[in-house]
Amino acid sequence: MTKVLMNGSSAIAEAAIRAGCQCYFGYPITPQNELTEYMATNLSRRKGCSFVQAESEISAINMVYGASLVGVRAMTSSSGPGISLKQEGISFLAACELPAVIVNMSRGGPGMGSIAAAQSDYFQATRGGGHGDYRTIVMAPSSVQELADLTHRAFHLADKYKTPVMILGDGILGQMMEPVKFKHEAPAEPPIRHDALRGAKGRRSKFIKSLTSNDTELEELNWSLFRRYELIKKKETTYETFLADDAELVVVAFGIAARIAKGAIKTVRSEGLKVGLLRPVTLWPFPAEAVQELAKKVKHYLVFEMNMGQMIEDVQLSLEGKGEVSFYGRPGGVIPTPSEVARVISRLYYQKGLSK
Amino acid sequence: MKTVYSRPKSLKMAQFHYCPGCGHSIVHRLICEVIDEMNLQEKVIGIPPAGCSVFAYHYLDIDMAESAHGRGAAVATGIKRAFPEAIVFTYQGDGDMAAIGTAETIHAANRGENITTIFVNNAVYGMTGGQMAPTTLPGQKTTTTPYGRDSILEGHPLKISEMLALVKGTTYIERVAVNSPANIRKTKKAIKKAFQTQIDKLGFSVVEILSPCPVNWKMSPLEAWRWIDKEMSQEFPLGLIKDTTGRKDAD
Ligand SMILES: Cc1ncc(C[n+]2csc(CCOP(=O)(O)OP(=O)(O)O)c2C)c(N)n1
Repeated sequence: MTKVLMNGSSAIAEAAIRAGCQCYFGYPITPQNELTEYMATNLSRRKGCSFVQAESEISAINMVYGASLVGVRAMTSSSGPGISLKQEGISFLAACELPAVIVNMSRGGPGMGSIAAAQSDYFQATRGGGHGDYRTIVMAPSSVQELADLTHRAFHLADKYKTPVMILGDGILGQMMEPVKFKHEAPAEPPIRHDALRGAKGRRSKFIKSLTSNDTELEELNWSLFRRYELIKKKETTYETFLADDAELVVVAFGIAARIAKGAIKTVRSEGLKVGLLRPVTLWPFPAEAVQELAKKVKHYLVFEMNMGQMIEDVQLSLEGKGEVSFYGRPGGVIPTPSEVARVISRLYYQKGLSK
Repeated sequence: MKTVYSRPKSLKMAQFHYCPGCGHSIVHRLICEVIDEMNLQEKVIGIPPAGCSVFAYHYLDIDMAESAHGRGAAVATGIKRAFPEAIVFTYQGDGDMAAIGTAETIHAANRGENITTIFVNNAVYGMTGGQMAPTTLPGQKTTTTPYGRDSILEGHPLKISEMLALVKGTTYIERVAVNSPANIRKTKKAIKKAFQTQIDKLGFSVVEILSPCPVNWKMSPLEAWRWIDKEMSQEFPLGLIKDTTGRKDAD
């Protein structure tokens, strides 16, 4: 297939359809309405597919839960305030070991916040968000192409590990248009998960639930989830490095902030500064080993986020004190420019005496 | 010898955990009888709520999946949309359906989702220990209305079935009770008709069942049965609330 020009939200929707997503349930919120609208146009009339504009995000995620119960690939999307409402359902999906894909095109917070792009939902996304001891795989794309690729991967991982997967984008990624190439065709007959709940035909009846009055049973569930999470950490952690080989200072940034940081790094490189980038692609699992590997050579880190410092905690935890971490952040939906970040990088570079 | 009464095929061999005189076990049994008679065991999916009946899957020998408190109608929507061949019902208490789940219920009904809701109204929150429900009667004492429900402070009994009747997507709504053999027979008939409505793809169907909770009402089972006749059904009159199916009773 040739490249097409598309906004990020629509690219996610198209990639989802091509990944065999058959059900989409959503509730309007800016800046991700294009995703919902794309599904209304392109999914709702497909054979065997269903689109519902739900009455709330709570309903939407519970519809996803219903569709996932019967073994169909299902998705919902929202932004900040709506993602907060979905947390109950995400916790239930995790507890019942059901796959689902949830997209957060995040915006400024807290509260109603603003509709501008922000990265302030990092904690919510990577720490579970809802109640109980669980994790969700969190992917942070930084281009429209990657939105499409990671959406496909999100469905695959959700099924593979029977877990909700979150795509954490932001308002810029959702709205901006870039050329994108879809690498997959939609399956003619989307597969039905083999362990789905579809009536007690040819087998004994079964039930899917999370409530138990048996402590041992619940402890066992938590252990089994934990073992799966350990496996996910080992197998599915992904990240990108850029000009990091000879770097004396490494910028750590994700999503659109990493894109901005790349521009800044190119500028300072042209001035001879040895600066590189580490971009976590999965935020959970966080690429802790990649950080530790870097720490063998690099002492100085600049964490750059569009919030007041959330991922920085994971960088610090990963470094285990073996590096010096500085932070630059712009909260509240303010979008820093590459030249602004370049100035921050050079100042830090000279302050730390790295120019010698 | 002629068998006049036996365990329905779709009712598991398990002892109910319900309190003496509770209506849930009767309703469970009736659902199973209907499932057997309509031959639905292989295609039915039930959604028990958060509430006393959360463990319904220990008794009903059918595929079931728990819903978060109040979200049954949304979960059922997802199931039915993804798998329209299934016969899907939610089983919900009054708190689950008429308090925390009001929005999910009304909107699923308004979309005319082709699902069935078995709504067990016992005028209290049973599972959490007898607090006020939206359906608690005026003056009724519960643990959170210790002086009796005062409509000025605590509002009025919410008639969600009548509300749902105003919604175009609903086609069959009936209020019944399980406080006498005659009423129990009517309840079974109503459940059957509700499932038939779904099989005929006619839209959202609701059977509201007034059901005794002697323990939280602080009554004997017999007093509880009588209270449904004397008090509860005055506020929640029994009978057909809506039927636009254009069909006669199932049997
Ligand atoms: C979000 C949430 N809030 C509160 C509860 C606690 N809770 C469990 S059941 C229930 C109400 C049960 O009452 P009802 O729906 O009338 O059913 P009954 O137990 O009387 O059959 C409540 C409040 C919960 N499980 N989840």
